Amino acid sequence: MLEVDQITTRYGAITALHGASLEVREGELVALVGPNGAGKTTLLNTVAGLLRPASGTVRLEGNDITGAEPARLVRAGLALVPEHRRIFKDLTVEENLRLGGATVPAGERRSRLAEAPELFPVLKAKWNTAAGFLSGGEAQQLAVARALMSNPRLLLLDEPTLGLAPTLIDVVFELLQRLREQGRTMLVVEQNATRILRLADRGYLLRTGRIVAEGTGAELAADGALFDSFIGGHAEGGTA
Amino acid sequence: MTKLLQTIVDGLGVGSTYALLALGISLIFGVMHLVNFAHGELITVGAYVSYFFFLHGGSWWWMPVAIIGSAMLASVATELVAFRWVRNASPFTLLLTSFALERLSHALWQILVSPKQRAFPKPSWVFYQFKLGGISFEWMDIVTILVTAATLLLTALVFKRTMFGISVRGAAEDFDAARLMGVRANRVISGAFAFAGLLAGVAACLILMRSPSADPSMGSDWLMKAVIAAVVGGLGSFSGAVIGGLVLGLLETLTRAYLPEVATGWDKFSTAVTFVVIAAFFVARPDGIFKVSHAERV
Repeated sequence: MLEVDQITTRYGAITALHGASLEVREGELVALVGPNGAGKTTLLNTVAGLLRPASGTVRLEGNDITGAEPARLVRAGLALVPEHRRIFKDLTVEENLRLGGATVPAGERRSRLAEAPELFPVLKAKWNTAAGFLSGGEAQQLAVARALMSNPRLLLLDEPTLGLAPTLIDVVFELLQRLREQGRTMLVVEQNATRILRLADRGYLLRTGRIVAEGTGAELAADGALFDSFIGGHAEGGTA
Repeated sequence: MTKLLQTIVDGLGVGSTYALLALGISLIFGVMHLVNFAHGELITVGAYVSYFFFLHGGSWWWMPVAIIGSAMLASVATELVAFRWVRNASPFTLLLTSFALERLSHALWQILVSPKQRAFPKPSWVFYQFKLGGISFEWMDIVTILVTAATLLLTALVFKRTMFGISVRGAAEDFDAARLMGVRANRVISGAFAFAGLLAGVAACLILMRSPSADPSMGSDWLMKAVIAAVVGGLGSFSGAVIGGLVLGLLETLTRAYLPEVATGWDKFSTAVTFVVIAAFFVARPDGIFKVSHAERV
């Protein structure tokens, strides 16, 4: 489904990713974990077309999509729930969802819009509320619902539990579980490493811009390197 | 009382023209973070197009179509040939680009037509009057208010109901997030310029029906007022632009009508007094009537 091959991405003089590679197969939930500043968000943003890699290739279902515009990628079947959710606060819940379906034909958009309240009951009561008034948990569900409006074959999620209260973190994990049961292919960046690895088919550990370990969720969860990575990440310091 | 009512109607007339222009400026600011100082030139384009058509047997029956159409085309063209290439440059570069376009427009009309003003006929009914409750109004006052109301209603519908409108509002708030939804940047920005052109075209019709003449720098006076109205309303806020325009129009006409006419003619200070009031307003509310608190584009 997705092949990321030797991607290097820079912000000016700073290199955030050093030839990182990973793969997501059809129907898999793949977790990408690592300490703060490891380059997880950079990797997702590069795949989603917000950043252009300095070298390397990204393939989606065999097609080279390296450096393609997000508008093209959404049409190719990819959607990103970005870091900090970035829902449109001035738009209502309904308008956010409609915009999520910007690339699908009007009829299809209407029928998905009609289904959304059943899949995300919390949004139903807030349908005509400006999204800026939603709580953190509601906003996160809206962000996922919005991304699903384009019916993506590959869903990228960046820190879906960031800033949420523990009970709401449970809600998000239940949502991930549900999407997984529906067979949705997902690549998830998550700070809650042990928990996401328990749910994931496979995982990758990213540190200072490099993939340093990969394996099944269970393998990685048991791996001492993961623990060291979080504890020792700062001691090594820097992104050089 | 009669004088007050008439002054208010006058003020709403001028103010609604400001509002239409300010709305366009606010719209472009929303999607591009550009205060488009070339926006007023769209009126000039409409004026010269009218002048040209009247030389060749034009009629006010279809002139609005020509004015609005040419303003829309000119607006989209400026984006295509100028702003698109500096879209990701600093706001200062964008601002300078718009200044350059404004100057270029002045120079072009001076060379192509004449530095002097060119007049053409006005619609016959413009200054016809009618009485309502003992007060006489001009038809043009009513036309202005009705046309503006209809245009604002259309604008509200477009931005509330259509995918284009929702895309523009989303892009104004967070452009990258809108791109992640599959919104095409070029299309949304072109569309915003076309719509701003439409609004400026309607404003140009209202202006040209009252004073049917073209001169190379006519856009600049209107532009300055419109920018002030947009900033008073809070740049990027649509309702703010409308309210800002109406308030500015009312302030101007009220000060002109009611400043004491002592020997030296205080009414001539109308503009100065208006600006002092606005300066005082900004001391109290630096972000305008409606604060727009969007995250900066990355």
